[in-house]
Parts: sequence; C-alpha cells; structure tokens
Amino acid sequence: MSNSLNERVKAARENLDAHVREIIHWHFSPETGCPFWLEYAESLSFDPRDKIHSYDDLKLLGHFQDEWLRGGPVRRWVPKGLKDEPVYVFETGGSTGVPKSRINIRDFQTDYEMFSENLSDETFPRGADWLMLGPTGPRRLRLAIEHLAQHRGGISFFVDLDPRWVNKLIKRGNWQELELYKDHVINQALNILRSHDNIQCVFTTPKLLEGLCAKISLVRHGIKGIFCGGTEMNAQFHRFAREELVPGIDFVPTYGNTLMGLACNKPFNIEDNYAITYYPPHPRAIFELVNKDDLNEAVPYGETGRVLLTTLTKEFFMPRFAERDEGERAEPIDRYPWDGVSNLRLFSEFQESVVVGVY
Amino acid sequence: MIHIPILRAGKPYYSLNKTTVNHFQTGEPVAEMSMANSGLIARDMQNGPANKQRIGDIPMADMLAMCKKAAVLFREAELPLGEGTQTGEDYIQQLSATSGMPVSLCRKNMDKITLVMDGMETVLGGLTRGLDLSILDSGWKEVDDRPLNFFCETDELGAILPSNSPGVHSLWIQALAMKVPLILKPGSAEPWSPYRIAQAFMAAGMPGEAFGYYPTDHSGANEILLRSGRSMFFGDKNTVAPWKHDRRVQIHGPGWSKVVIGADEANNWESHLDVIETSVVENGGRSCINASGVWTAANGRELAEGIAKRFASIEARNMDDPDARIAAFTNKKLAYLLSDMLDNQLRTPGAEDLTAKYRESRVVEAFDAVFLLPTVVYCEDPQHPLASAEYLFPFVSVVELPEESLVHQMGPTLVATAITGNQQLINQLFASTHVERLNIGSIPTMKISWDQPHEGNLFEHLYRQRALQVTG
Repeated sequence: MSNSLNERVKAARENLDAHVREIIHWHFSPETGCPFWLEYAESLSFDPRDKIHSYDDLKLLGHFQDEWLRGGPVRRWVPKGLKDEPVYVFETGGSTGVPKSRINIRDFQTDYEMFSENLSDETFPRGADWLMLGPTGPRRLRLAIEHLAQHRGGISFFVDLDPRWVNKLIKRGNWQELELYKDHVINQALNILRSHDNIQCVFTTPKLLEGLCAKISLVRHGIKGIFCGGTEMNAQFHRFAREELVPGIDFVPTYGNTLMGLACNKPFNIEDNYAITYYPPHPRAIFELVNKDDLNEAVPYGETGRVLLTTLTKEFFMPRFAERDEGERAEPIDRYPWDGVSNLRLFSEFQESVVVGVY
Repeated sequence: MIHIPILRAGKPYYSLNKTTVNHFQTGEPVAEMSMANSGLIARDMQNGPANKQRIGDIPMADMLAMCKKAAVLFREAELPLGEGTQTGEDYIQQLSATSGMPVSLCRKNMDKITLVMDGMETVLGGLTRGLDLSILDSGWKEVDDRPLNFFCETDELGAILPSNSPGVHSLWIQALAMKVPLILKPGSAEPWSPYRIAQAFMAAGMPGEAFGYYPTDHSGANEILLRSGRSMFFGDKNTVAPWKHDRRVQIHGPGWSKVVIGADEANNWESHLDVIETSVVENGGRSCINASGVWTAANGRELAEGIAKRFASIEARNMDDPDARIAAFTNKKLAYLLSDMLDNQLRTPGAEDLTAKYRESRVVEAFDAVFLLPTVVYCEDPQHPLASAEYLFPFVSVVELPEESLVHQMGPTLVATAITGNQQLINQLFASTHVERLNIGSIPTMKISWDQPHEGNLFEHLYRQRALQVTG
C-alpha cells in the first residue's frame, strides 16, 4: 500500500469512528433514538454512548438479528428525531411467512445519489431516460432507481416483476411457467424500449439481461449504460456480459440490499480478470470479512470470510449483521480507501437452501 | 491440473467459474471443470438451426462410417482433453477415480459405448424398424409403392446426464448418427465419457457444431431442457417430476426392473439364481436396468434365502481389483443415509433383510471408501415400501403373489424378465402398459439388445412421419 493510500485509509477510519459516535449518540439518546434501540439499551449493563467510541467498540452490542425486522410494530424502528418525517417501509424476502421490513425516510435517496457520483456522464448521460427491469413491489429498488434517474435528470420506465412469485415457481419446479413469466416481463420491456427513444440507461438483473439480449441488440436500441445487480452476478457473468451480451455498453455491476444501501464495483480493469470487488458506501455502511466460525475474527486480505454488514445512518442502525454471503476480503484502493469484498457469493452453508430466481 | 473446458459448437471455452472433480478415495482434485452460466448456453442454442444444417448435409453412409471410426478412436486413441490429452487407459482410471466404479466395470462400460458406436447401423435399423437410412438424407422414399416421409422435430437433442454409470452414454449417441446435434450437460462426477465421445467423433471428422458440452448447475440444466426441441433427462423421481408431462422431454428415471417367475418355474428357483444374480449385481447395481425386484408366484422365501446366500459371498474390493463387482459411494454420508433409510423401512412389519445374518453390517468401510453390500429383502406384502424400492447398489426385494396378481400389482417396470412358459402370464405382460422392455425367458435384465428402443424410441422422439403425396 502506498503512503498516500495509507493516509487515506487512516483518514477514512477516523471518519468512520467519528460517524459511529454520532450515530450511537443519535440512536441511544431518548430524544432522538427509536423505541427498539432505546429498549435494547435498557437490557444492557452499560450506556452505549459512554462505551462505544469507535467501529471496533460496536462488538459490545453483539450481532444484529434480521429476525427482529419480521413483523411489527414497524414504528418501533422510527427514530424520535425523525418522527415528523414521511416514512416508507421496504420489504426484503417474503416468499413465505412474514417478510422483513425496514423503514426509510431519505436513506434510499441519499444512497442512490452517492452512487450516482460513480456513474459516467458519458455512458449514463444526464437527461437520458431509464428502464427499470427488476424486482418491484414492496422493495426499495423501484423507488430508488426512479430517484436515481430523476437525480440525473431522467425519467424511469418500469416493468413489474414479482420475485416472490418467481421463488414459488422455482420451489415448485414449475420451470415452464417461470419461462412464460420471464417472457411476459421481457416482452413488456421490449415494448418500452421500442417506443421510447430517449431510454439510454437500464437497470436489470443478470437473468433478465440475458433474456433481453436474446431478443434485441441493446446497442442498436441506443442503450449506453447498464447498471446490473443480483444474486447471479459473478466474474463469469461479468465477462460474458462484456464480451458477448452487451459489448460496447458500459456495464456496471452493483450489490445492494434493503438493509445496507448500494455498494460500488471497483472500476473495470481487464487485469482483474473480471473479478468483481464491491466497496460499501462508507461510512454509512461497512463490510467486514470474518471467520465463519468466529465472527469476531477478521480474515486476512485475500482470504475467504463471511460478510458482516453494519449500517450506520440516522434512519437505521444495524450493527454487525452476519449476511448470507461470503467472499474474499479486498484491500482498500485509492477511490475507496476502506475494505471491500471480492467474488461475493452465497455463504456456502446456505447454498442448498436459498432460492435463486430471475433476479 | 487437467481443466475440462466447455465445448461451444465443439470449440473449447474456459470459464471463470470452475469446480473441481475430486478423487473419491483421496479427496485430491482430479480435474477442474469449467462451469457454463445459463445465459451462455441459451445464447449458443440460438445457433441450433445452423448447427443442424451443418451436420444435416453429411450423407448417412459417411455418418455411419464416422461412427465406426469414432468407436475405434474412443477406445484406443490419445484424444484432446482440455489443453492436454487422454488415452483410453487414462479415461478408465479417471472415470473410476471420480465415479467410484471399479476399473473392471469402467472397462465394460467403455466396451458398451464402443459397441453402440461401432454397430450404429444395426442400432438405427432397430429403432427405425429396418428403414433404408438414406431416407434421412433425402427426407422421403418410395417404400412398397407408398411415399414415406420423415421430418426432424428438433434442432438439437439436449441431454441432462447422470454420474451413476457411463453405460447410459450409449443411449444418446444415436441422435448424432440421425443428424441431430447434441447439447450435453455431464454429471458432476462423470464429465469424462461425454467429453471423450465428442472428441472421438470430432477426430473422426464430425463437425464441431454437433457438440455443445456444458458442465453447469441446475439453472443451466433447466435452460437446456427449456430450449431443446427434444431432450433426455436422467435423474431421480423427484428431479424429473416437473418435466414428466412435457412431451419434448424423454424421462429416464428409476427403472424398478424386475424378474417375474411364473408358477410353472417357481419350483425350479435354484436354476434361475444365475439370471437373478446377474440382473441385480452386474454393473455394481447402478443401472436402471438392474433388477430391484423378483416377483414370483411361489417359493418366494426359499428363493430369497437362495439369493441371500449368493450375495453373502460378494465383498467390497479395491477399485483396481479385476474381481471387483460392486461400486463405492463417492459420497460417504449418502451410503450411511441410504442404509439407515432401508433399516427404517424394515421397521414396517412384513419385510426381512435375509442378508443381515451373513454379516455384521450392510455398510462397509474399506480401501478408503464406503460400500453397501448386496442386499435381499423378502417382502410378505406387495404394498410394503421395500417391495418397490430401488437403491444405488445391488438391492432386490422378493415378493410372492398368486400368479394372476403378479403383473397387475408390480407397477412401473423398465425391464421385465419373464421366466415362465405360461402363455396367459406372458400375454398379461404383453398387455401391460407398465413394462418398457420385455425379456421372455432366462435373459438377465441387464442384457440389452441395442437394436431395441429404450424408455421410448429415440428415432420417434426426434422424427415424425409426415403424410406425403407426390404427383407422377
């Protein structure tokens, strides 16, 4: 690591620690915190505001359990300091049983505005319109992509896709019906692309991108940039997309979820052999790669670990949640002077049970 | 390390997504295998019509000559394997190392594949009922003063292949000879055979466009099944179930093959033990044509005891032992799981493991491997769950029933060997819609005549007759 990068890493870390103090103070102060964390604090033998001064100190709070997000009352997550703001609720999962819910006020807009700074104005032109072809419904993604398009001066067109129905079809092994549903979704996207010349940017998932490219040439339809995320994104798909599906189009892999925000991919360099390395939106979210058998032990750079995700915003505090993903711990780079994760994939112990659909 | 690439229209493609195929005894990697993403398969399959045209132009006479040449190359030649090469002997060793099948059985399966390639004209003669095969060049012929026209219903034959026994690869090669390109998904522990068959054919002059070879996951397998005009799907009952009613997909699930003994032969049970033993044990009990049931009109208990005595002498041997008769489990846990499952089913009254008294345990750990020893269960009741069980090792249940009920109750049966002279029983078997292949007489279920259809006629799966009238 160069000296200048070392300095940047150090500065980012100091910034993170200061941010942790601010967020802890916010969520654990009776005037601003949400009912959930204020009640949680009562079960502790210490006041988090006195003991937690840095990211490392978050260990004192243990691990966030995503089960806490299932069911209501959802208002227990609304910070008192934001009680008069309009509240969105976004859901994740939910193919069976009660979905996990997360409240949002402006986080999704902030996340996507930050992400926008990483997009090229040449390939995601300001003022260009967008096509959003991915999971909609109660997910954050639909509004977030719309906001991204608007933030860049564009208008976003949508095609509905219900991932919960897709998961049911997969679990039932109803492949033919899944194919019909996929065709139904793709055909709607084709109609939109053929009818609106100013669409130059697309958000979609790997499976749907394949489906779309089987029908038309996106280059010939004027698409310049594709922002793509989903469970099937890996180095091979990245290469396949750049070499065969959409050569000549800026292809931007991303990783995001309702609990975190949106991570950026390391800028493309052919020498990386299409490896995908994501960096979280520091200091609002942090990836830590840890030993799967000891979640308090970070793995060395380049080694495989389970992803611990921490979200630190005034709207949502989620300390050290053990994600369902694993990957290799990636070193900081100039553009993102903090830890990232390479080759993100389903945590090997979950691979048997998690359904991967068209998204 | 050996890297087995994807073949895209015969051309190697090295994926960034790889998996290793390990030696089942040592756990050491034997090869790396490129994994195809489903989009790549779908994209390649868009070239189906062009690929078919490429091999459709080859005259049948040349095609059959190519099959003969490929047979020799498959058995003997040093053929490309990724960036290296593979001899016939390498193939046998690699196959045994990842599939758990003894070398001697691998060799027999190699012979079986070679036989089909070499005798392709006879095999196709059986499938087409003796048609002049040049009809596949011209599309139609005048036969007995009638125009006869067949057309191909697909641009490719997709094949989702298993790992259990390489013998199954002798079932799809015929498509190639019938001018239908192949889209192959090899089994995760058996990438070797389909790759070597493809290489043998290409070395014999077959255009690469005839072969798509895609190691892939479930999603890729579904892509093949969805996009292939016709396909073959090898898998267990649950895996194949969603495709059961799709006429484009020919299902090759469990066989539940049986030996049926009429009342007239039941007293001679001792003289039928050889046929039964071969039917159950040959090929390590891994084939769908291995018998998993003996249904007899009388003397069931004595017969089962007789089989048990024979099975008691079969032991686990190392993979390179020329006398090895049973295969090892590449997944040790699965062996224990299956044995436990069998024991649980034995708790249901009405069934007894007659081999149990001859040994300490059905599961044997030896030579760094796990084996399940041949097992015979006597079932008093045809409704007992073990009466219709099939396992991935030599297992057979013996059921005794009045002769008139035998055929009625025996259920789906891939191969039935009928040992009887009773014409009424034979007629019942002819009339049964459950029996796919019928052997009348002392023919082991494992003895396959390659000029007969297997779980559906592949020619009829690929081609359809069209009504044709031609002036003057």
